[in-house]
Amino acid sequence: MTVMLDITGAVLVALGSLFILSGSVGLVRFPDFYTRSHAVGVTDSSGAGLILVGLVTQTSNVETVVRLILIILFMFLTGPTATHILAEAARKDGVPAWRPGEKRR
Amino acid sequence: MIVGALGVIVVAMVITLFRAFRGPRLYNRILAINMFGTKTVLFIALVGFLTGRPDYLDIAMLYALVNFVALIAVLRLTHSHDLIERASGGSQ
Repeated sequence: MTVMLDITGAVLVALGSLFILSGSVGLVRFPDFYTRSHAVGVTDSSGAGLILVGLVTQTSNVETVVRLILIILFMFLTGPTATHILAEAARKDGVPAWRPGEKRR
Repeated sequence: MIVGALGVIVVAMVITLFRAFRGPRLYNRILAINMFGTKTVLFIALVGFLTGRPDYLDIAMLYALVNFVALIAVLRLTHSHDLIERASGGSQ
């Protein structure tokens, strides 16, 4: 039973760190601010959720599980909100959107 | 496994710092710092599990809150003109 939990936790943590790495690679490689914020918003929330759920399986204390679930809830709440307000502020400031064929910004 | 995930998160932090230095104007840098803060939260949580002290999760939760509030504060700083205009009826 504990071996199953360990394997599940290890797989979840590995998957979450893969998401985080691909999000940061997308931050470097994408051509525009809006595409980058899309990459960051999606992979940050998903990767953080996966890693923290993987950490839930590593512990047996109820308080720790409750704290982890609180952190997950908070990240799911603030990640998309942060993406939205950043994109709206950039739009109001007039940051132009990238079209295919233009130079990278 | 936790050490491997820590290594990957450190590599991702370094890559994010590249965009924080390079990003042509303001918004790319704000985005990179926000992402850096999220990764810091994960880093603290993983270090807490690595050293056998799950109490570090309190610090991680605090930093997640601080990160979000700092993002809103910076956006308010750069957009205060817009907010003042809206608050005083938009005629100025």
